[in-house]
Amino acid sequence: MPVDYLKETPSQTGGPYVHIGCLPAFAGLNLRTQEKLHVLAGGGVPGERIRIEGVVYDGSGHPLRDVMLELWQADSTGAYNAPGFRGWGRVGADAETGLWAFETIRPGATPWVDGRPQAPHCSLLLFARGINIHLHTRIYFDDRADANAADPALLSIELVHRRQTLIAARQAGDGIPTFRFDVHLQGARETVFFDC
Amino acid sequence: MSDKENLGEFTRRDRAWHPPAYTPQYKTSVLRSPGKALVSLRQSIGERTGPVFGHGDLDPLDNDLIRNYITTGEEAIGERIIVHGRVVDEMGRPVRNTLVEVWQANAGGRYRHRNDRYLAPLDPNFGGCGRCVTDEDGRYFFRTIKPGPYPWMNHNSDWRPSHIHFSLFGNAFAQRLVTQMYFEGDPLIPLCPIIGTIPDKAAVDRLVAKLDMNEMVPFDSLVYRFDLVLRGRRSTFFENRPEGN
Repeated sequence: MPVDYLKETPSQTGGPYVHIGCLPAFAGLNLRTQEKLHVLAGGGVPGERIRIEGVVYDGSGHPLRDVMLELWQADSTGAYNAPGFRGWGRVGADAETGLWAFETIRPGATPWVDGRPQAPHCSLLLFARGINIHLHTRIYFDDRADANAADPALLSIELVHRRQTLIAARQAGDGIPTFRFDVHLQGARETVFFDC
Repeated sequence: MSDKENLGEFTRRDRAWHPPAYTPQYKTSVLRSPGKALVSLRQSIGERTGPVFGHGDLDPLDNDLIRNYITTGEEAIGERIIVHGRVVDEMGRPVRNTLVEVWQANAGGRYRHRNDRYLAPLDPNFGGCGRCVTDEDGRYFFRTIKPGPYPWMNHNSDWRPSHIHFSLFGNAFAQRLVTQMYFEGDPLIPLCPIIGTIPDKAAVDRLVAKLDMNEMVPFDSLVYRFDLVLRGRRSTFFENRPEGN
């Protein structure tokens, strides 16, 4: 007989109305209208201000306009749960275009399991209608190419060409640095999703 | 050692117990399921930690859906219920101080969402949004009205059983879980394609809340019990080999 542990509660889709519970103002409820969960860093948080934006596409290339995304990251020194910076954000894709965006700071390097540095990255979870168990991916930054080349998590992706799907591209422009991170759920350009 | 200091790895997720991504009877999953295998990732600090939400983040009525959206002075219409339970991990340890978020349709199966066009009316005094934080024993509860079933465009048409959506954080991003709670005895449960995404009948049973008459509030509310289990944190007895994995 196997060792007896409790079994995890099984996942179910967040459904098309996930916003009611998670982003009520977005759903149209007159609740928590001041909440701006896509803004991770207020004025006093040290670090380089960045914006991360993108669209999630289904297997036919159609934008998901009902997806909810959650971001989790370290502060600028590589510390999680640092005082004054929660490190967590949540956003719903635009109901017309599917575009989503987080306003945050660039994360610092964090240690891998054996102490080697990981390249700066954010963890990203996707929840939506049609997604039975949330998808887990990571966002890296294309202006940190050296660190990315040595990142233990990226190196653990056997198919080298797929590593590129996790690297957000810095956009030209004058404002705060903006990184584009599109997610492809299915097909030739499919984003790497993790089991961890 | 407190929960916060223990940053051990979590047990593997049994993905044969959870629904797979591709479940064609639930049509939307066809184009929204990855076609390639998930890549196994060792859990480093970002997976072993997660956001902290305190009781200070909540408003007093956040766990009272009967009263937290009153607009005409009346309480929400429907079968008054309390849903309660414990959140524990796979080792049976309480998951303390973790955020539980819930959302649901009203008594007639209508969601207060700009995209829901079902003809059943909105209840002016019901929003369908709630949240609470578990206590030191992992317990949570909220007050609401029992949601109604509703039809949806799947197989023209399917009906969802009465259900309440749950979102849990646990104490680490690896424990994050979104699921749905159903009600004991609902004959729509075995017909539902979304429930049917779960391969194992024993796993389905775990999503069915039980009527809890011992806790009912006389002349006020029926009570349902719904316990949840999140992934367990492994002991840190067996640390990583220095040369890495």
